[in-house]
Amino acid sequence: MFWFAFLRLLGLTITLLAASLVIFLVLEVIPGDPAEVMLGLSAQADTLAALRTELGLNAPATERYVTWVLGMFQGNFGISYTYSVPVAELISERIQVSLPLAIGALTLSTILAIPIGVYSARHHGKSVDTGIMSIAQIGIAIPNFWFAILLVYVFAIVLRILPSGGFPGWGESVTGSLQALILPVVALALPQASILARVMRSALLDVLHEDFIRTARAKGLSNSATLWRHGVRNALIPVLTILGLQFSFLIAGTVIIENVFYLPGLGRLIFQGITQRDLIVVKSSVMLLVALTIFVTFLVDIAYAAIDPRLRQSR
Amino acid sequence: MSAVLSAKDLCVSISGKPILRDVSFQLEQGKILGLVGESGSGKSMSALSAMQLLPEGAEQTGILDFEGFNLTHANDMQMTRIRGKDISMVFQEPLTALNPTRTIGDQVAEGIRWHLKVSRSEAFERTYDVLERVGLGFEQGLTDRFPHQLSGGQRQRVVIAIAIACGPKVLIADEPTTALDVTVQAQILTLLKDIVKKEQMAMLLISHDLAVVADMADDVAIMKDGQIVERGPTVQLFDTLSHPYSQKLFEASNHVPAPRNDPVDTSVKPLLQVSNLSRAYPLPRASVFYRRQWHKAVQHVSFHIAPCQSMGLVGESGCGKSTLARTVLGLTPPDGGHIRFLGKNPYSVSREDQQNMRLGIQAVFQDPYGSFDPRHTVERTVGEPLHLLRRELSSHQRRKRVHEILESVGLSSTDASKYPHEFSGGQRQRIAIARALVTNPSLIVADEPVSALDVSIRAQILDLFADLRDRLGMAYLFISHDLSVVKAITDQVIVMNAGRIVEEGPTEEVFSNPSHPYTRMLVSAAPDLNVALRKRKERESKGSL
Repeated sequence: MFWFAFLRLLGLTITLLAASLVIFLVLEVIPGDPAEVMLGLSAQADTLAALRTELGLNAPATERYVTWVLGMFQGNFGISYTYSVPVAELISERIQVSLPLAIGALTLSTILAIPIGVYSARHHGKSVDTGIMSIAQIGIAIPNFWFAILLVYVFAIVLRILPSGGFPGWGESVTGSLQALILPVVALALPQASILARVMRSALLDVLHEDFIRTARAKGLSNSATLWRHGVRNALIPVLTILGLQFSFLIAGTVIIENVFYLPGLGRLIFQGITQRDLIVVKSSVMLLVALTIFVTFLVDIAYAAIDPRLRQSR
Repeated sequence: MSAVLSAKDLCVSISGKPILRDVSFQLEQGKILGLVGESGSGKSMSALSAMQLLPEGAEQTGILDFEGFNLTHANDMQMTRIRGKDISMVFQEPLTALNPTRTIGDQVAEGIRWHLKVSRSEAFERTYDVLERVGLGFEQGLTDRFPHQLSGGQRQRVVIAIAIACGPKVLIADEPTTALDVTVQAQILTLLKDIVKKEQMAMLLISHDLAVVADMADDVAIMKDGQIVERGPTVQLFDTLSHPYSQKLFEASNHVPAPRNDPVDTSVKPLLQVSNLSRAYPLPRASVFYRRQWHKAVQHVSFHIAPCQSMGLVGESGCGKSTLARTVLGLTPPDGGHIRFLGKNPYSVSREDQQNMRLGIQAVFQDPYGSFDPRHTVERTVGEPLHLLRRELSSHQRRKRVHEILESVGLSSTDASKYPHEFSGGQRQRIAIARALVTNPSLIVADEPVSALDVSIRAQILDLFADLRDRLGMAYLFISHDLSVVKAITDQVIVMNAGRIVEEGPTEEVFSNPSHPYTRMLVSAAPDLNVALRKRKERESKGSL
């Protein structure tokens, strides 16, 4: 198990380096002059030259790449061109919103989806199952910004129990921040939970047709003991795959929800970085997302191996 | 002696379709009842109904009496107290019958903890005990291992351990050795017999193999279409088979196709020549720092097949017979040695040589259904190899050829427009044979061609192979784990073990007088109906003296 984890980590580090190279090539080398990209076509020659010096673009590409990678190791991501503050600061500020949001939505969707999926599989083919799966289908189909607006209308405008948007910051008020995250978490969790419940249900149904389920029943185990002890664990592998994919999406793919609730999250930062051509912000945030995705993949791999001993042998 | 479990007029139907009709049997303490029949006869359903594990939507009438308690009226709560404790079951496929994600110890201890409500440590004490009883006591650290780390025979021992862990009164075994190699099968059957006699259980042994049942069972019942057609004490029953179906089954089990008329002319140039062939596969590395290990699947194998000769290749799983077949078929290049088909190298760079080899050697596999595209008609499936012919056939000639071939394998030309799912297992194997014959090959490599078929159909397919041999002068490389099949159809035989040929010679000679210890073990382990019956009679006559 240790070797398995070590080899995986080694492989993922190599992936990370390869990704950094691709990002660097795409953003800094291929389009020609990053300074021109950032300032636009109508820029003055002297402004361009000044920016080039500021960004260190006069150095050769290899040197720039090495400086960039080494800088990241030291926590130095460069200084944002539009905000004129260190990118590290910007990102760490934004991740304080995005990470709790993603973890919250993921936890909520898992807590909802697994029991619902198991229940549905258990009552497979009955009207309860059909009903639950129809609701899940609707949950997938509803655009989440529309659902978010609906939540705001009900809980913030009619009932007035939760804020409609904004984020006070953890330093200002912890309860206020938590309250501000409740509605976005729910809005994000709904479609995720719907997908997850369907995956859980179909994975469990597949497992319940396996021979070892019959063996467990022949041992004398009751239906529900068989389901929980032998069914659910074996059905978790596809569920984990989906969870891993969802986490990467939730960290940065939530621009719309962040906009609906006026949350200063990572998604908005990247969006603004792109619209304002702030390549330094884009480069660093994309790198951060790659790192996070790779880390989550690593966790999912470890979880696979923990669930299924056949996957523990390193190849 | 009174019965522990008895079925009386048991009827089961699934969504209105009758599966079992008036089935009655008694299981007595320390005795084995053998239930034989072909697929779809309802024998597995009888086992599942004794466990009350029938599929959803099944309806049952009649009585299943277990110690005065009618199981057909029991609810699931009551059954959970009986299943695994009083009535246990052993299944066919030991790999899938065990949960891949839980340790062996966990899975054996689970039933003990469930029924006997003992502590975890005591359950494990008992687990060690049970594993010892099934012959796994000497395996260190077995309880912490997972099913995929065990061999097939060990897995089946674990499945048996789970079944006998709580000392059941009734043991039901549904094809317990069908998925195992012959030598392992013999060990598992002996183990089951010992357990039943020593612990005085009542056993229901379900099998398609008359030889296994004749060897094991005290009483035998023969099933067909959900009914028991004939029953009685084993020796007596086989002596006086009266029902036409049982007679047919008995004959089919002993069936040997008519031997060839004229002996093979071995003086002519051999059709296929294999010399000093080796092939190894890389194993997964234990760690990046270790050298890669290789699995030597086939090592220094040499043999040749003359025209019209049928060569048998026997051996247990993992002995290299499939690798050898793939190499002969031109699918896996050898690492060492060479192959010559009609003097040409099938792995040569010449396209013409390759094409000649593909035309001349065709294959028939174990599972015909899996080797067909379900969306292709029979005509398309059978006609597909014809593209190998250099002279392109017109669609009319093509159709004519396919119809001809279908008729020569015992199907009708009107079958050409049908799809694979419209045929039975035996007919599908005929289609597979037709596909192999369509290019007019001189050698057919048949890899376990009758293993998936019922005995009566197996007899028909073996006849077809013999007929094609006589009519078309076909040569065969006949690969099987089943010695009786190889004995019935081949002139020469090769016995393989661990990638090497351990013995070869004329089939009759090798099997009646095996010289290598491995062959001897294989021959003595292989179930044979007549041998089993003869031994039973000897034992019984000794007993009565």
